[in-house]
Amino acid sequence: MAMIGSGAPRAPAIGLPQRLLRRPGVARLAVVILLLLIWEIAARFLLDRDFISPPSVVLMSLGNLLATPGVTPALWLTLCEIAVAFVLAVIIGAGVGLAVGLNRFAHRSFMPIVLLLYGIPQITILPIFVLVFGIGAASKIAFGVTHGMFPIMIAVAAGVQKIEPVLLTSARSMGANRIQLFRYVIFPHMIPSFFTGMRLAMSGVLLGVLLAELYVSTAGIGYFTSMFTENFDATKLIGLVSVLAAIAIALNEIVRRAELRYTRWRD
Amino acid sequence: MSARDRATARGRLLSLLVQFAFLAILLLFWYLATTVWGVSRILLPNPLDVWHQLVGVVASGAFIPDLKVTLGELAAAFAISTTLGVSLGYLISRSRYLIKVFEPLLAAIYAIPIILFLPLYVLMLGLGPNSKIALGATISFFPIVLSTIAGFGHVDRRFVTAARSMGANDLQMFRHVLLPAALPVILAGLRMGFTVALLSVIASETIASFAGLGHRIVDLAENMDTARMFAYIVFVIVIVAFLNAVVSKLEGRARWR
Repeated sequence: MAMIGSGAPRAPAIGLPQRLLRRPGVARLAVVILLLLIWEIAARFLLDRDFISPPSVVLMSLGNLLATPGVTPALWLTLCEIAVAFVLAVIIGAGVGLAVGLNRFAHRSFMPIVLLLYGIPQITILPIFVLVFGIGAASKIAFGVTHGMFPIMIAVAAGVQKIEPVLLTSARSMGANRIQLFRYVIFPHMIPSFFTGMRLAMSGVLLGVLLAELYVSTAGIGYFTSMFTENFDATKLIGLVSVLAAIAIALNEIVRRAELRYTRWRD
Repeated sequence: MSARDRATARGRLLSLLVQFAFLAILLLFWYLATTVWGVSRILLPNPLDVWHQLVGVVASGAFIPDLKVTLGELAAAFAISTTLGVSLGYLISRSRYLIKVFEPLLAAIYAIPIILFLPLYVLMLGLGPNSKIALGATISFFPIVLSTIAGFGHVDRRFVTAARSMGANDLQMFRHVLLPAALPVILAGLRMGFTVALLSVIASETIASFAGLGHRIVDLAENMDTARMFAYIVFVIVIVAFLNAVVSKLEGRARWR
């Protein structure tokens, strides 16, 4: 006790800001705020307002953007396209993945074809989608489906392949029929890979739908991005891109949370 | 050869047969659709026409200007993203604290479809090559920086301590301990960065540009010259596959040294 007050080395007094910055989460937030500040100052004082708009102005005029005739319906339509494309990609992907994964011969024969098709740079065939399906929602949904279905196909096929054969054999020997086999053995084992596949499918669908939306410049989101670009309306362009990015982040986060929740039991 | 081996060999042969049959039937349907079932030539050209166009494009060298534009944009984008990605990744990886601050941030941005930046780049940099280079560099920056952080940030502590105690200076430490340990992970990131840079350069040419392979395909689609468009699509797919194969080969060779 005599040490106290006798000039023992004390921890250097540090202020609250430093202590907070020691936590990575707080520091991360500080980095984001700093970047936004640099953007704000650069856009306000250094750069041409035709080409960039400060974040505060973008935020304040979001209402203005959404009130622009046609923008809100185009955003809703894009959201619907993503939803429909995702559901279709999951159904097709899981169906084919199960069919290819559950049968050794089918796996060996068709998996190389699936991988070959998945390896094709799909952006090259985007104009064909628009020629065939038109400039409306159909081409965007179709392009989203072809981007989303392969990852889930591959994940589900890999997942059901990894089921130990002894489980299938013992269930069968205990008299399980095909439906019971699927319900009690295959289905619980494919859940983790299914959710991983759904996360990958979501990023594929987002990419496909947004590529097609941006490509078609006469309707939908692409019409507004090209119009705002031609009018040098940086505020509205950045606003529209930010709203789309927010939609993408939200959808990615939903499937990521679902994956975390349903894959945990595997470990 | 046991009976079991023979059975698997036969199964493998059968699988190959199924694969060839699948592709052959696909081609056959394509041919029949254009000749017998009368699908519009504008939507689906005759495969023979596509083949003739492809031979014409390759033989006449008509693809060279567009290929040059695309490869130039790709080279610039990849050079920028490699320089920034590897150097920033190295700096961040030097401190556990910085890794904890920046890695989740970079991973979160990487999860956004970065193609959304394209309209902004077109506004700021115009329809020329600069906006394509910027997009390719942005998209490929993320796999490169993340793999550099992963590579340098997770070198086994024991190697570092052992080298230090043997008196290695900073340069020797980098050259003989950190770099060899991190290289395979970084090379994998560079390969991935290359692939996404190539795809995003072609994608941005498709969406908004005046030149390049992606633009050529769109141009032919708008002129309803579908046979030539299909020929260019096949050409681009082959080029992309070839470049990816070369990069994988280079990665494998660099890993061995």
